[in-house]
Amino acid sequence: MAQPQTQEQQGQNGHSAQGEVLIDVKDLRMYFPVTSGVVFQRKIADIKAVDNVNFFIRSGETLGLVGESGSGKTTVGRCILQLYKPTSGEVIFEGKDLVKMSSKNLRPVRRNMQVIFQDPYGSLNPRLTCGDIIGEPLVVHKLTGNKKEYRDRIAELLTLVGLNPYMADRYPHEFSGGQRQRIGIARALAVNPSFIVCDEPVSALDVSIQAQVINLLEELQERLNLTYLFIAHDLSVVRHISDRVAVMYLGHIVEIADRNELYENPLHPYTKALLSAVPIPDPVVESQREHMIIPGEVPSPMNPPKGCVFNTRCPIAIDDCHVEMPDLREVSPDHWVACLRADGYGPWNPAGLPE
Amino acid sequence: MAKLLEVDNLTTHFETQDGVVKAVDGISYSLEEGEIVGIVGESGCGKSVHALSIMRLVASPPGKIVAGKVLFEGEDLLGISMARMRSVRGNRIGMIFQEPMTSLNPVLSIGRQLTETLELHMSMTRQQALTRAAELLAMVGIPDPERRLKDYPHQLSGGMRQRVMIAMAISCSPRLMIADEPTTALDVTIQAQVLELMRSLALELGMSLIVITHNLGVVARYANRVIVMYAGNIVETSTAEEIYHNPRHPYTLGLLKSVPRLDEPTGEKLDPIEGLPPDLIDLPEACAFAPRCRFAIDRCLKESPTLMDVGEEAAHQSACFRAAELNEVASETTA
Repeated sequence: MAQPQTQEQQGQNGHSAQGEVLIDVKDLRMYFPVTSGVVFQRKIADIKAVDNVNFFIRSGETLGLVGESGSGKTTVGRCILQLYKPTSGEVIFEGKDLVKMSSKNLRPVRRNMQVIFQDPYGSLNPRLTCGDIIGEPLVVHKLTGNKKEYRDRIAELLTLVGLNPYMADRYPHEFSGGQRQRIGIARALAVNPSFIVCDEPVSALDVSIQAQVINLLEELQERLNLTYLFIAHDLSVVRHISDRVAVMYLGHIVEIADRNELYENPLHPYTKALLSAVPIPDPVVESQREHMIIPGEVPSPMNPPKGCVFNTRCPIAIDDCHVEMPDLREVSPDHWVACLRADGYGPWNPAGLPE
Repeated sequence: MAKLLEVDNLTTHFETQDGVVKAVDGISYSLEEGEIVGIVGESGCGKSVHALSIMRLVASPPGKIVAGKVLFEGEDLLGISMARMRSVRGNRIGMIFQEPMTSLNPVLSIGRQLTETLELHMSMTRQQALTRAAELLAMVGIPDPERRLKDYPHQLSGGMRQRVMIAMAISCSPRLMIADEPTTALDVTIQAQVLELMRSLALELGMSLIVITHNLGVVARYANRVIVMYAGNIVETSTAEEIYHNPRHPYTLGLLKSVPRLDEPTGEKLDPIEGLPPDLIDLPEACAFAPRCRFAIDRCLKESPTLMDVGEEAAHQSACFRAAELNEVASETTA
């Protein structure tokens, strides 16, 4: 795929220049069976959490993945990490297809990909000290020789994420939410990964603390040349941190583009509605903005609508939209959208901002 | 316009093993009829406890309203009997909570939960109440309301549940509705629907609205006036426009700078507030924000500032010794 525009834009953002593809996700599907019966469980349906998803992430970049609850964004992250075995599809990481690998062969690969979870309370073992939480991956992957090396490495990691080394002996309950998230980040960094799935890393934090953690993630990316898949529902945060952004709805990626392109020129009606729904902290701007409020709710993934998954809420759906889910197509360089009407929809003021 | 609600020196403390937590530490403000006020603050700043105190729903022990007055339509809610209070709650003041799943009773049908209030406060018969309940569900945009009355909370989505909560809150046509983080648990597109619904209902029914939230955007879109809280105190209050365009408290300034905005150029670093909110036990006699404040001077560590008028703007108050000069100081430090 040719990406002429992104190169200079990424240069401007101060993130790494165009790198090679680190992760390539092809035709990814993850269906969860729905069973009925107590003793003899029969499969009665599938929940299509992720359906035919394709994207790639370049080395050193941040791909933002946005969508509402139930859109399948977390499932995509877990499928990449092989925490779920996908129903079908390929996840190519550093040239190898992870889906086909045995769990034994996966173990060394897992050193290179880590995850930061949303809930800073649930994701840390309350019975381990902060030091042992961060040190566990070091033990599992046998990365440190002796006790001293182990302690030094933990101290180094704590300093890296802005905590004090003497905090290693404390337990999770002694830390605040923001500090716990820093511990989660330190644990992910312990094994020197090249790729981190950040699954809603700041959603549970207060605004002033959110900014601290976002800045930390950005600094670490620069220093350690990390690649992020940044999963979130907050579009302002995703815009801030991502180089490219993918929008998911009911198991499908409906639009994917360079960050600036997606926010300035969204083509999918769902992306437009999402952007318009985000309030901007400025009453003057807000009073002049046009608000596009889409009716209805996300349909159940067990019983998705026929045709395009968005057709039940779409203001511009036509008969053809009820026939088949449109594939992603490239409407302008590096801007992919899964909507039949994308190009005929005309220019639109995406976030409803006054000109 | 007449004052609908006057909160005067409201003080709520919690007794814990480690000491007294001053969750709400003497706040005063008033609300006019038909006004929409946004109360902004981070977790632990006392914004929810203040709402529970108005409704007298603070669990006691450990909580206790130790001082203050809450004048609602001229009557001090803190001085009346519990029986009298019950005729205010849900009747003249409606309340919506953050988590629509836990605030609805899971074993009662939606219809039963709606009719309970109507039968109690409006002395309706069962049948009248059911008819009214269906009307209310239609008002909050729930399709097929008659059938929905028989549903249980788990059969509804989060957005639908919050609509039911709103229907319950407006069922007795209250004069005031307090919404505590009404959309935090909802998705963005649903959040927009619910907020729009609340605003149009407030206009339609002539209700005043207190929206408690941590989301500065929500407040910008809907509130006439904004109150910013920090560590149990009001640190700044003014019209929405003034707060966002001319903040006079370093905390407000910091909050505004730490959120990325959709309409700002990309590629700039966020400017977070350093440090953590203080422990509310044994707060020293000083500005509670001083340890995190980049503009703090010696005086801030020795005295605690009170809410004072800022400049010529009568409606703009800030609890900062440097409020008047904040604009100049702030531009110097960033330059």
